[in-house]
Amino acid sequence: MCGRRNAADNRGVPTLRATLLLMMFVLAGGTGARAEAIAFLGGRVIPIGRPEIDCGAVVVRDGRIVAVGAAETTDVPPDAERIDTRGQVVMPGLVDTHSHVGGGQGGDGSGPVQPDVRILDSINVRDAGFRKCLAGGLTTLNIMPGSGHLASGQTVYVKLRRAGTIDELLYRDADGRPLGGLKMANGTNSQKDPPFPGTRGKSAALVRQKFVQALAYRDKLARAAGDPEKAPDRDLELESLVEVLDKRRIVHHHCHRADDILTVLRLREEFGFDAVLHHVSEAWKVAPQIAKSGVGCSVIVLDSPGGKIEAADFSLVNGAALEQAGVPCALHTDDPVTDSRLFLRTAALAVRAGMSREKALESVTLAGARMLGLGDRVGSLDAGKDADIVVLSGDPLSVHTKVLRTYVEGRKAFDREAPEDRLFAVGGFGASRDQQAEPCCIGPARGTTR
Amino acid sequence: MPGRIALAVAALAAWCPPAAIAAETLAIRGDVLHTMAGPPIADGVVVIGDGTITAVGPAATTPVPEGAKIVRGAFVTPGLVDAHSVVGLAGYLNQPQDQDQLDTGEAIQPELRAVDAYNPQERLIEWLRGFGVTTVHTGHAPGALVAGQTMVVKLAGASVEEATLVPAAMVAVTLGDAARPASDADGKKSPGTRSKAVAMLRAQLVKGQEYLRKRGLADETKRPDRDLRLEAVARVLARDWPLLVTADRAADIASALRIAEEFNVRIVLDSAAEAYLLVDRIKAAGVPVVVHPTMRRSGGGGETENLSFETAATLRKAGIPIALQSGYESYVPKTRVVLFEAGLAAAHGLSFEQALAAITIDAARIIGVADRVGSLEVGKDGDVAIYDGDPFEYTTHCTGVVIDGRPVSNGPR
Repeated sequence: MCGRRNAADNRGVPTLRATLLLMMFVLAGGTGARAEAIAFLGGRVIPIGRPEIDCGAVVVRDGRIVAVGAAETTDVPPDAERIDTRGQVVMPGLVDTHSHVGGGQGGDGSGPVQPDVRILDSINVRDAGFRKCLAGGLTTLNIMPGSGHLASGQTVYVKLRRAGTIDELLYRDADGRPLGGLKMANGTNSQKDPPFPGTRGKSAALVRQKFVQALAYRDKLARAAGDPEKAPDRDLELESLVEVLDKRRIVHHHCHRADDILTVLRLREEFGFDAVLHHVSEAWKVAPQIAKSGVGCSVIVLDSPGGKIEAADFSLVNGAALEQAGVPCALHTDDPVTDSRLFLRTAALAVRAGMSREKALESVTLAGARMLGLGDRVGSLDAGKDADIVVLSGDPLSVHTKVLRTYVEGRKAFDREAPEDRLFAVGGFGASRDQQAEPCCIGPARGTTR
Repeated sequence: MPGRIALAVAALAAWCPPAAIAAETLAIRGDVLHTMAGPPIADGVVVIGDGTITAVGPAATTPVPEGAKIVRGAFVTPGLVDAHSVVGLAGYLNQPQDQDQLDTGEAIQPELRAVDAYNPQERLIEWLRGFGVTTVHTGHAPGALVAGQTMVVKLAGASVEEATLVPAAMVAVTLGDAARPASDADGKKSPGTRSKAVAMLRAQLVKGQEYLRKRGLADETKRPDRDLRLEAVARVLARDWPLLVTADRAADIASALRIAEEFNVRIVLDSAAEAYLLVDRIKAAGVPVVVHPTMRRSGGGGETENLSFETAATLRKAGIPIALQSGYESYVPKTRVVLFEAGLAAAHGLSFEQALAAITIDAARIIGVADRVGSLEVGKDGDVAIYDGDPFEYTTHCTGVVIDGRPVSNGPR
């Protein structure tokens, strides 16, 4: 079963596939049939969180993973579309904990703390950047507003379905509410003329004051116990911060310098929110302190230090230093700072600087999913999780490896062999133009690009 | 050549670095030795004495002098040559005090010399060197119609004099959006359009022609006073210095070719994101292209929105001389690393040898220093990079770098 494909195999496959398609057509009772089940067979499977499988099988049904194991011992449903992945690598769709794809904006110049502003109200899903993400094997993004505010707004977690509106991309909680975090920042990016802070001390004071207000607001709400006579006026800013205080909204905190990192830990200690430290150029200087706090880091990997004062001491060893200290570590693109199509490169450079292969691959998948609170839904190839799957031409850490296909919930969303998809993978004329809107849930049959 | 220009040449020649201080004899032995002057040599050795390569060949047949220091590595290449950077002028802190790559006071300033701004202590120099880069074409950045001169440096030496290989290499020109002043408010309104930019550039070249003509008049009293700006233009018109024309849109590339033809000046196309649309014209013009960093950003609707990872391969396949570059970065990362740019180009159509040539011998040819660097050949400078595997793989490390026979980095990086 395993090993490389050869010409004879390729000749055999269509016959088998044709037979299966015919069966499916009959079973589905005629028109509009599409495979309910898919099996990726024969490739090297990197499930994340457990050993790689040389000759593996990943079975998907109705957009969810139902089985992962050795090809020899994994049951493949008779109706499954069998996808030959021999000589290829199958791994979970990548999770980017920090992206700016889609041109979304957060708060404006009116003030430094704007936790009521939602980036989801400004994202252009027709942005070609989304297609480039799929070409890079990304299937889940945390789309963030910028770092020019102490709190620049609510982030949004999106699944890269091929769709025409942001609403169709959202991760939602059990009540149907969009999931996302709160973007916060300290250091120099959020310092400017009043009403913005001019110093680090002022930055922290403004944030603390706002959280103190949120605590009082939460107390009033609790005391009112649902009585509209006693309840405070609804306040969108404080409402957002109460979600943070109640650990229903994770703070994604931009910070570079070691002292700024420690300031975030101090605020978190005081107010008890969940946080992920983002970028962390100087994490290597304070890895033990971060480890002690239990907070995870989402790390950027850059081709050089500098470009701004706070990144002067950026080091490629951050991933390795955090791994060694036992800090949960994800990586991110910060697209456009690094190109989403090259997200795996980021993991590879972390390995170059000493991070383990296992942790580096986890840092672009499961570790990131956990930092978004989505670790039970995506980030690894495990039964029950969403069938967000990437098929690679070779080892994920090689410069020569290409993303061949990207599947989102079992639906093929990128295929390098399709010319219109390849354009986004390699670039060329028109590769950055807005794309036509695509209606959700109709049109492309599973296993096709359009 | 008019007398005073000849004097200027002589003055600039004084910038050339002093002979290398005697270094110990070094023999670098690699499991694979890529000389870039022939096929790779399995178990090869390069011997460097007094800063210069004295022998290259298979270890079995190449004598290594008694007492030579032996360095071993898996993969040995010439020191890498970055065909276009701004390192040493655009400092890593990215604060006003360390940004000397662009003066926007006037649109056309070819008299600005890179040697007067290059900082050999800049931290990014050590950073690049750690990945095997030993020679860099650096200088004034894109962003003004004529930004100033460029130079070629070795990434070693405590002073600009020690670092300098070529004190004035090219004159940096930008065509397109970036050549327009950022703001009209400060009164610098021109060039406001593409046509105006080309008109201004042509007018400056015509002025240079007139200057040359009058400087050659028999009647000394009728010769114009010496003018640094026009002297620089004269060097371009004399084909001593090429114009390094940064142009991404096909229309701007075409403008560059038009100017080169009209004034019979040498040009090197820089960045050239849409060069793939004009392959035949570029080839017919015999113009080399220093292709944009492979990973240059394409988003945001700017002039590079149509760039492709495959452009280097497309041009190379057509027979156009190409090199790769780290380019100019305005934010983070403050510089790219040409090794990585070549690796990605190798993954997108260039062969291994072609990609390595684009950051060694081919780059050296385009920037005019192939007699000194870019390949491991007897008589050339002892600049070597050592890796523990395929240098283009992300997980490989640079384990040693040698410039003029002296180890300057021990890695691993």
